Amino acid sequence: MKNEIRIASGQGYWGDLPIAPFKQVTEGDIDYLVMDYLAEVTMSIMQKQKNKNPELGYARDLPEVLRDILPTCKEKNIKVITNGGGVNPHACALETLRHAKELGIEGLKIAVVYGDNIVDELDYLVSDDCKLNNMETGESIEIIRDKILSANVYLGAFPIVEALQKGADVVITGRTTDTGLTLAPMIYEFGWAKDNFDLMAVGTVAGHILECGAQASGGNLLADWESVEDMANIGFPIAIAKPNGEIIITKHESMGGKVSFETIAEQLVYEIGDPAEYITPDCVVDFTSIKLEDLGNNHVRVYDVKGKPDTEFYKVSCSYEDGWSAEGGLTYSWPKALTKAKAADKIIRKRFEMLGLNFEEIRTEYIGYDSCHGPLSKQLDEDDINEIRLHIAVRSHDKNSIVRFGREIVPLVLTGPPSVTGFAGGRARPSDVVAYWPALIPKKLITPQVEIMEL
Amino acid sequence: MKIKLIDIAHGRSGDKGDAANVGLIAYDDKGYEIISKYLTAERVKEHFKGICFGDVERYELPNIRALNFMLHNTLGGGGTVSLKHDAQGKTLAAALLRMELEVE
Repeated sequence: MKNEIRIASGQGYWGDLPIAPFKQVTEGDIDYLVMDYLAEVTMSIMQKQKNKNPELGYARDLPEVLRDILPTCKEKNIKVITNGGGVNPHACALETLRHAKELGIEGLKIAVVYGDNIVDELDYLVSDDCKLNNMETGESIEIIRDKILSANVYLGAFPIVEALQKGADVVITGRTTDTGLTLAPMIYEFGWAKDNFDLMAVGTVAGHILECGAQASGGNLLADWESVEDMANIGFPIAIAKPNGEIIITKHESMGGKVSFETIAEQLVYEIGDPAEYITPDCVVDFTSIKLEDLGNNHVRVYDVKGKPDTEFYKVSCSYEDGWSAEGGLTYSWPKALTKAKAADKIIRKRFEMLGLNFEEIRTEYIGYDSCHGPLSKQLDEDDINEIRLHIAVRSHDKNSIVRFGREIVPLVLTGPPSVTGFAGGRARPSDVVAYWPALIPKKLITPQVEIMEL
Repeated sequence: MKIKLIDIAHGRSGDKGDAANVGLIAYDDKGYEIISKYLTAERVKEHFKGICFGDVERYELPNIRALNFMLHNTLGGGGTVSLKHDAQGKTLAAALLRMELEVE
């Protein structure tokens, strides 16, 4: 058994800093690169792409990212684990193999994890034992049944462990939890028992720290962000894991950023609910048990993490179509910038009314004045503000109203208050509103599968 | 004595559906004593009047000198439903730091 493994975060979401994975594998020694690509909205986008073209439905830039790093990974024996397979991990693996072949890489094993995507199985899955009611509102899934775009179960670490046991160099999954990507290599390398919930919790906490990329190494840091060095060259976080369940979070020495008590503490509280009940498919973590020790020099020790048994359910995330929205805006300058923007808002709303447009919500915000902090914003001298961005957004199930909204913004330039600009983007375009339906499904109904594809 | 929250704490906020979570972390033990004593759920709900339209839940993480607040009915529907410029509540931790506390 290795006495430690180094797991590096390469992406915190689909669209994260493109150079990060390459830097993680080239700027120092690591054993695993984990890349999280999925947010709730991502699955519905991917499902739509797959519906149009059965060969799509995954993070399209992922095979190219892998192409850039595979030669180094092969040379340094770095394994890659990612959930960027989305709703079509098989196609993602095929495309990656095609790139690998072009590069002349030999003996590459890619594992694909399936079983999370249940959108085509809802008809027989939904029953008295598995209602898939909305876990927040209790509503029956029947009310959205014909509008469902995607339905995915959040799988845990163990299918990835199986993939690693089968010798995979790259593991591509669909909807696996962000935390499972990081926990899996620890279970595989150290032989941690499935029912050792403190150890499951340790790996899960490491996963929570790594899952948002540089947000754990100096990015988006509210505590003295100006002290973060060389942000242009920010290093993504690395977890050094030991068999006894101790984790040290750090980054490559050559890279910028900051790993301190503050950076890790901020990431620990990010998007959590009840800290004593952090539920994953692998365990339930008690975040109030976690201890941090800042060792200095960009090293933070994470220890004493306590966990409890996993539940009998997987979380399911369904997405469904829920109308359209659009947003647009204009910029008004001094004098009386805010007064002008407010007048323009009044005018356009009157035009909506005269046209009989049908919106479920119209939201106006004044960027540069109070769009972030609303009533908590500092009172400014309204007549003396330099400039204001008027931002209007609308939502409706009537697409014609949304399209017409897009045509009503720019005309304000010549038919409304003066000294106005910022219309270069043209008409606001309708976007699909996708809503979520979180539910629970008994674990016994789901069978994760692992397929090995070789070059 | 008046204390500005920004002088004794930092934090991070994000979205959980239509709720925002605001995690607040004190810079030192003294700061944690103050926030854990004075920063009640009611005080936070009052602060976010006009932003948070639901209940506020409060959780303690004394191990990292932190409090976590769940602000329900805050993000205009959440996800892609929300028309808010800050639909994920990313700036709400900073908004909480605007608070001033009257302490003994």
